[in-house]
Amino acid sequence: MKPGYVRRFSPVERLLHWVNAIGFFFLLGTGLILYLPRLSMLVSRRQLIQSLHFWAGVGWLGVLAAVVALGGRRLLATARELDAFDRDDLRWLRGGKAPQGRFNAGQKINAVLTAAFTILFGVSGLLLWFGEQNTRYRFASTVILHDGLMYVSLALLVGHLYLALIHPATRHALRGMTLGNVDAEWAARHHAKWKPE
Amino acid sequence: MDTPPVTDARQDPEDQPRRYGRRLFLATVAGGVSSLYWGKAAWDHVTGVISPVASAVAPILPTGGWRIYTISGHMPVFDPATWRLKIGGLVQQPVSLTYDELRSLPHVEQVSTFHCVTGWTVNNVHWGGVRMHDVLARAQPLASGHALRFVSMEVPYVDYLTLPQASLHDVMLAYEMDGKPLAREHGAPVRLIIPEMYGYKNVKWLQGIDVVPRAVNGYWEDLGYDRDAWVGRSNGYGA
Repeated sequence: MKPGYVRRFSPVERLLHWVNAIGFFFLLGTGLILYLPRLSMLVSRRQLIQSLHFWAGVGWLGVLAAVVALGGRRLLATARELDAFDRDDLRWLRGGKAPQGRFNAGQKINAVLTAAFTILFGVSGLLLWFGEQNTRYRFASTVILHDGLMYVSLALLVGHLYLALIHPATRHALRGMTLGNVDAEWAARHHAKWKPE
Repeated sequence: MDTPPVTDARQDPEDQPRRYGRRLFLATVAGGVSSLYWGKAAWDHVTGVISPVASAVAPILPTGGWRIYTISGHMPVFDPATWRLKIGGLVQQPVSLTYDELRSLPHVEQVSTFHCVTGWTVNNVHWGGVRMHDVLARAQPLASGHALRFVSMEVPYVDYLTLPQASLHDVMLAYEMDGKPLAREHGAPVRLIIPEMYGYKNVKWLQGIDVVPRAVNGYWEDLGYDRDAWVGRSNGYGA
């Protein structure tokens, strides 16, 4: 590691992030082709896109599950960090200045919602697929849930990309998710309660 | 390293971290799964309350509320030079209408709501086209015919209506939607509209109507959907 840098994300954490990111973008792209009439017409091969979208979704969930299994206890420890909100986190969420751990409270919420949405995307997606073949699996609201998740996820994604790529104070964090390490002084300023190993 | 003062959670039991992460996770998953039961009602309620706003916003939403379903690899292309609407089967006089001939029949307009069996709805669609009896009149159906087969250019999509169903007051063959010629993705040049039934009965890209002895299974009915696809009273809804 470069002197003056500390490790923020382990290889398995980064793997989980990028598997999730790549899967999400592929599903977003194929999903929008199915969803937006202009794109549907342009591409026109609905059956193919539908199969790609469905099997990519199944693959995405499968690979995510495999990475989680691979991560085992290390990822369980990460999950515990994301689970715990102390007073400083609550103060931070109310807009106050408060020292933060390796994850700030906003990152915790984003991670928790992303995990919950992944499950809901999976459930509603499977119901859409099987509902087309059997009325037993058809609910009038499945499509509303799947679409609603897409809109909320898109809003989270836009905020996430802004903070990770554009906002000057936070974009250094991208380095932590690509190379794994971040500047120790930056870490001390933004994640004061985190004690890097 | 110069760090701001840090509160040590162990000093004060009141300051133990709370497990809000798992609560948020479980609440989100539970809320999402339960929305399978209340989502549509809630959404209809919201769009009902803000209906003036919703109808103002709908045209600028990227989808306009529609999503486009096809069953084959390629969406049919309408060529006015070669396209014909063939009326045949149990008729005295088979008829083949060009696009211009279809448009020269008595023109009607209506505003009706389009329901898809998968749960989405487009309110107040403005359709323009012709009534079924004006199309059938020239072919003179025989008394032995009790149903109609609608044949799409998207092979092998077909569907059937009984004559009483096809004679409902707001059933039409629509070649205009919202003031414009029917777009390709909506079934150009002409599609069937039967607002009382789910979208899969509203055959797109029509190329033929055959008078037949009785209604049998169409494309989606062969896959388990109801033949009489009444909105709210079929396919596991309401009934």
